[in-house]
Amino acid sequence: MRPDLEIIQQWVKPGNRVLDLGCGDGTLLDFLQRERGASGFGLEINPDHITTCMGRGVSVIEQNLDTQGLGNFDDRTFDTVLMTQALQAVRRPDMVLEEMLRVGREGIVTFPNFAHWRLRWGLTLKGRMPESEALPYKWYNTPNIRLCTFRDFEALCRQKNIRIKSRRVVDGQHQNSWLARLWPNMLGEIAIYRITREET
Amino acid sequence: MPDSLPTDSVGIVTPQTLHFDAPITLACGQTLDSYDLVIETYGTLNADASNAVLICHALSGHHHAAGYHSMEERKPGWWDSCIGPGKPIDTNRFFVVSLNNLGGCHGSTGPNSVNPKTAKPYGPDFPVITVSDWVQSQALLADRLGIECWAAVVGGSLGGMQALQWSLDYPDRLRHSVVIASTPRLTAQNIAFNEVARQAITSDREFHDGRYQDFDTVPRRGLMLARMVGHITYLSDASMGEKFGRELRDQAYKFGYDAEFQVESYLRYQGERFSEMFDANTYLLMTRALDYFDPAYEYGGDLSKALAPSNCEYLVLSFSTDWRFTPARSEEMVNAMIAAKKRVSYAEIDAPWGHDAFLIPTPRYTDIFNAYMDRVAREVGA
Repeated sequence: MRPDLEIIQQWVKPGNRVLDLGCGDGTLLDFLQRERGASGFGLEINPDHITTCMGRGVSVIEQNLDTQGLGNFDDRTFDTVLMTQALQAVRRPDMVLEEMLRVGREGIVTFPNFAHWRLRWGLTLKGRMPESEALPYKWYNTPNIRLCTFRDFEALCRQKNIRIKSRRVVDGQHQNSWLARLWPNMLGEIAIYRITREET
Repeated sequence: MPDSLPTDSVGIVTPQTLHFDAPITLACGQTLDSYDLVIETYGTLNADASNAVLICHALSGHHHAAGYHSMEERKPGWWDSCIGPGKPIDTNRFFVVSLNNLGGCHGSTGPNSVNPKTAKPYGPDFPVITVSDWVQSQALLADRLGIECWAAVVGGSLGGMQALQWSLDYPDRLRHSVVIASTPRLTAQNIAFNEVARQAITSDREFHDGRYQDFDTVPRRGLMLARMVGHITYLSDASMGEKFGRELRDQAYKFGYDAEFQVESYLRYQGERFSEMFDANTYLLMTRALDYFDPAYEYGGDLSKALAPSNCEYLVLSFSTDWRFTPARSEEMVNAMIAAKKRVSYAEIDAPWGHDAFLIPTPRYTDIFNAYMDRVAREVGA
């Protein structure tokens, strides 16, 4: 299993109700259902992914976060709301975060760090829009329209009174690395945040 | 007529008539002392009877859902695109049951059957049937066939309403409910179209208050008009545009009121053909069943409360250009299922054919249907 998913699954308790925003082909939800006894939904817009989810028994709803939001989910419906590698692709990440913590007690968010040294290098020295393993697109066709750095994200959480329960930083292969732990905003490529509005 | 049977066809099928002697009490309060249901089955019921799939038909449907009655038959059953060996409802794996609903006009007891009490056709005296009544009769059919629990109950449009109703009335007797191009209740616009259709029939001089059989006639004209109106609502503006556009039958306007546009002659043809094979009282009954369907009604309009007893998993599908039962209606259903903490999957399929899209095998529709039913089959070991 991908190391970031390995980390995420440790944060999901047995029997939890989970909502996975941009659930892809349902790999993570399928694992959580089978191994952790979790239940819940995935939201997805890619037709092939939706079909794969349905074939493997992952409940999936075709729903576009940008145009439909999460208004169809009641407050506190889920224990955990997941969003892996999709925050940077929605039109209003700030509002999505609000909604995540309205419908769920806890959020788990992963996104690529735009302040990683290799991206800084690309922009500073080559003068070109950065590309990397985590961000493999051209500036004109990228779905990643809201790129941010770890510091940006943490500032937004502070501003919104969102508490960061934990943060894990991994490299492009989703491996833990001591370098990334040492200087995350420069050396970490992907961060996994566990956030909440609850006090304890 | 097929020269030879396609390899993915269930082949030549023969309907069966099952007679039921125990009285059935209907939602309207009336009782039918005995009745017949005509069914077709495809595939083989497995040893533990876990691989049965029930097909529920829509307004003008019937038991003949797949295969051919004979080599002379022009077209296969109405859902042949989805039922057969290797098709989404795979008859190599599932035992498929399809019936003509009570009140129908294809062999099951309905308005043109003989009322044993009067020895004359029921006609307008046949009780109004509801979706719940159908589900009750289908459950009795399941008993007769030795099916304790359906692997899935599947239906499009009015058939989807039955699939939904099943999950509320017999929550432990189905594992999956597949609700396609359907709605949790008709809108005022839907009811309005039904009313125009009914008025067309009842205002036909040949209708005779529904006792046309006594006068040895049928309200053909009214039935034709009803079908024409209905047919418009089954297609999309775009698909009608593509099929007919403003094409004329001849080159120039004739400055008269005959069928000059292709779309006019198409609708007339469809209406006429329908009027020859469908019963007017059944048409009234079916449209009323549609109007009355509203499982949330007893729960102050809150569908999620109505869904509380449900125990199955749902697949809900809608079609982008369906303006009869729009994707928004399906989403209403899905949202109620979410609120009721039920397991549900939903997709809106992009298809140009309006409401009729549920009968047409577009690639995405077929892929999803295949994937979901494959999983249902694996779940029941079929």
